[in-house]
Amino acid sequence: MDKSKRPLEERRFSLLSLVSPIQFMLGIIVAFIAGALFLWAFQEDAIRAYSVLFKGAFGSKRYFGETLVSTTPLIFTGLSVALGFHCGLFNMGVEGQLEFGAMVAAYIGYAWNMPKVIHLPLALLGGAVVGGIWGAVPGYLKAYHKIHEVITTIMLNYIAYAVADYMIAVGGPMKGNSDLPASPKIMATARLDRIWPGTRLSAGIIVALLMAVLVWFFIFRTRIGYKMRAVGFSADAAEYAGINPKTMTVWAMALSGALGGMAGAVEVLGVHYRFFAAFSPGYGWDGIAVALLGLLHPVGVVAAAFLLGMLRSGSITMQAIAGISKEVISILTALIIFFSATNQTLKPMLEGAIRKHNLRGDEDPAQEKKHEG
Amino acid sequence: MTTAIEMRNIVKRFPRVLANDHVSLTVEEGEIHSLLGENGAGKTTLMNILSGLAAPDEGEILLHGTPVHFRSCLDAIKHGIGMVHQHFMLVPVFTVTENIILGNEPKRGFWLNMKQARAKVAELSERYGLKVDPDALVRDIPVGMQQRVEILKALSRGVRIIILDEPTAVLTPQEVRELYVVMRALREAGHTIIFITHKLQEVEEITDRVTVLRDGRVMGTAETQDVDEAGLARMMVGRDVVLHVKKEKHSAGEVRLQVEHLFAKDARGLPALKDVSLEVRAGEIVGIAGVAGNGQNELVEVITGLRNKESGKILLGDLDISEMTPRERMYAGLGHIPQDRQRRGLVMNFSLIDNFLMGFEDSPPFAKGPMLDYAEAKRFSRESIQMFDVRTPGPHVLARTLSGGNQQKVIIAREFRRDPAILIAAQPTRGLDVAAIEFVHEGLIKLRAQDKAILLISMELTEILDLSDRILVMYEGKIVGSFKAGQATPEMLGLLMAGSNIDQAGGQENTPTYRNGEEGGVDHG
Ligand SMILES: Nc1ncnc2c1ncn2[C@@H]1O[C@H](COP(=O)(O)OP(=O)(O)OP(=O)(O)O)[C@@H](O)[C@H]1O
Ligand SMILES: [Mg+2]
Repeated sequence: MDKSKRPLEERRFSLLSLVSPIQFMLGIIVAFIAGALFLWAFQEDAIRAYSVLFKGAFGSKRYFGETLVSTTPLIFTGLSVALGFHCGLFNMGVEGQLEFGAMVAAYIGYAWNMPKVIHLPLALLGGAVVGGIWGAVPGYLKAYHKIHEVITTIMLNYIAYAVADYMIAVGGPMKGNSDLPASPKIMATARLDRIWPGTRLSAGIIVALLMAVLVWFFIFRTRIGYKMRAVGFSADAAEYAGINPKTMTVWAMALSGALGGMAGAVEVLGVHYRFFAAFSPGYGWDGIAVALLGLLHPVGVVAAAFLLGMLRSGSITMQAIAGISKEVISILTALIIFFSATNQTLKPMLEGAIRKHNLRGDEDPAQEKKHEG
Repeated sequence: MTTAIEMRNIVKRFPRVLANDHVSLTVEEGEIHSLLGENGAGKTTLMNILSGLAAPDEGEILLHGTPVHFRSCLDAIKHGIGMVHQHFMLVPVFTVTENIILGNEPKRGFWLNMKQARAKVAELSERYGLKVDPDALVRDIPVGMQQRVEILKALSRGVRIIILDEPTAVLTPQEVRELYVVMRALREAGHTIIFITHKLQEVEEITDRVTVLRDGRVMGTAETQDVDEAGLARMMVGRDVVLHVKKEKHSAGEVRLQVEHLFAKDARGLPALKDVSLEVRAGEIVGIAGVAGNGQNELVEVITGLRNKESGKILLGDLDISEMTPRERMYAGLGHIPQDRQRRGLVMNFSLIDNFLMGFEDSPPFAKGPMLDYAEAKRFSRESIQMFDVRTPGPHVLARTLSGGNQQKVIIAREFRRDPAILIAAQPTRGLDVAAIEFVHEGLIKLRAQDKAILLISMELTEILDLSDRILVMYEGKIVGSFKAGQATPEMLGLLMAGSNIDQAGGQENTPTYRNGEEGGVDHG
């Protein structure tokens, strides 16, 4: 065929690649507006609430540090949920995986004695492995017994909660010497260093960012990531190509669980230095919001984790100073999820608008597609 | 004759593709008007615009002389224009009647008036000869009937102008005949039909006028009686096309694929393969003819490892692959062009690069340790796009943005480039334009010349007759006939496919061998 007919090679950068970030921002803006309306409806001063919220999140070094402290586990849990989605799996069990990760990391942290270069990585790894195993269970049930992962992961959360409670209850195997229902403190050799004096921010955030890069690489550049995405989009086509959807399902859930486990491990090793009941204020659940808001892309996940981390730390100040209930932030978070989920409908509109814009500009396809006639 | 539709200077752009470039089309009332054109010429896009599914960037539509703007399909239907898409849009778990009335339900107070609905369906199906079983579930009826349901659905909403997008691609020759009858009845009743097809002989047979699109532009409109098939082909692709490939004599070698006493069940658990045995030799094309749903699909799936067998054996040369995974069979030299390109053959939401990688992702040069070498994959995609003339702005676009025929070309390219020793090709040219068919046919002949073994499954009798060295006929999960090239006539095959006794069909002495499931190949010369 006539080669001149072939359209030119597409450009590296197109305005279309901005669609996702725009979508991301729009969801947040709309949610904040809706949140304000909500506050007003309940006779609250929304402007003041928001300004206190921002002050609480960014107002001082300590506040900003707390924002990053909350961001850290949310990056892990967001990545965890996003990775599952790429294989078509909805991991609602991050809470449970996180509990197990924290428990194991704490145990390795206080019970074993070794040099830091081994101790810290081992504690992290232990948390990831056990979280991964806890995640692989629903993966296996889904792949080989067709039990839907949403149901099993939620059920397993309750088991994890119960196990965690038992571990640190009076007479429990991990109960420390203090009066608290908590494990003993972990050794210094297992701790993640504080990296910003005057705040509680630990090197955990570096691990988190590293994992974001790794997960991106894994999903989009490795063979197994490729296979998972194939299964996620079309199990039939994947099977045709010789990829085993069952194996991939188990692996994806295991890796998703491992990220959840790391979230718990990093909380223990970097923030609390011990395991105690309810150390997670729902980071696992928020991971779902983070993943969706971040459009399942690791970069988006980091951005979304930061946003939710900000809301979390800001809300504490908001409650303390302005006397506005923290629950307002839960509502705001819910609104953000809602609008970021619904604004998928915006995508075609945005793309359409950009295309129209392009047609007026230099990217006119009419000129790129040359006719021979 | 009055003008039913006039489309003027329609322009439709997609990112970096000009799908319709100032297209003007006039359709007279009461005619069957064919739209013809290469894969990616813009036929579906143009009809999506006419049926309200897409909005044009420029241009106008006149319906009986008055300008109209459709905001949706429903809007177009209200104006009397309906489209039957190539991929049907029916609810599988609803009955035929429920599907037809969906969105337009006759009501009695709060309740559905099923009696009235059924009467209406019966009346319409009677009037136009659209035979359907009103109470069957859509998932249980053959594609041909599903298509009639789609047509009935349009008619029940008072549509006067019906667009059929490649309706015959999924039909058997018999069903195509039946469709013709319906189309003629509709024309008698004053309906206007726009008919998209890639089969020139269908254009000749059923249409009044034909418009040819190429590269998004109109090449011309003609009275069908004034043009012949070769002329149409030239108009479409701009050169002469070989409509029937000639193949050299080529002697077959040792047995490459051997299927022995295969039994298997279909998705509903009913017996689909009942003692099927066959063999394909190196340098041989064996064609399987048969009406869709007689076990061909299951046969392909069992051979390629996508479906479990009940019993039997599959051998590649001396290697028993019966218990192997699909991937192991692929590595053992088995290639597969699946019949369902959108479900099996492609990941629609993958880029072309990722689609070209399928099945290659664990082998050099693409696999680099645990990584994929995307630079290499991109190069491979570019080459394949070039070699197989896939019309696309580039390898980064998602597979679902390609036209139907170009999607098929991606699969063909990938499977040919896999260089399999044994190729199972199921409906390899479905939805392809004449030039692409020529290309694929020549490709298959070339593989045969390289001593590959090819099992061809096709509903196109001409394709089977043109390409095969041996022809097997499948009926109700059994092989009921076997012919050497040149022995079979379309009539004989047609009779066997319909389940007639072999003796009435012309007597083939070696058929009983197959029927009893004994070793085949007696007829091999
Ligand atoms: N949604 C879409 N996004 C981007 N490009 C598209 C989209 N739909 C169609 N195209 C492009 O527009 C062109 C025309 O496509 P169209 O489906 O109309 O072709 P066609 O004539 O129906 O071809 P075929 O015979 O293969 O079905 C093709 O190049 C196709 O890639
Ligand atoms: Mg088309």
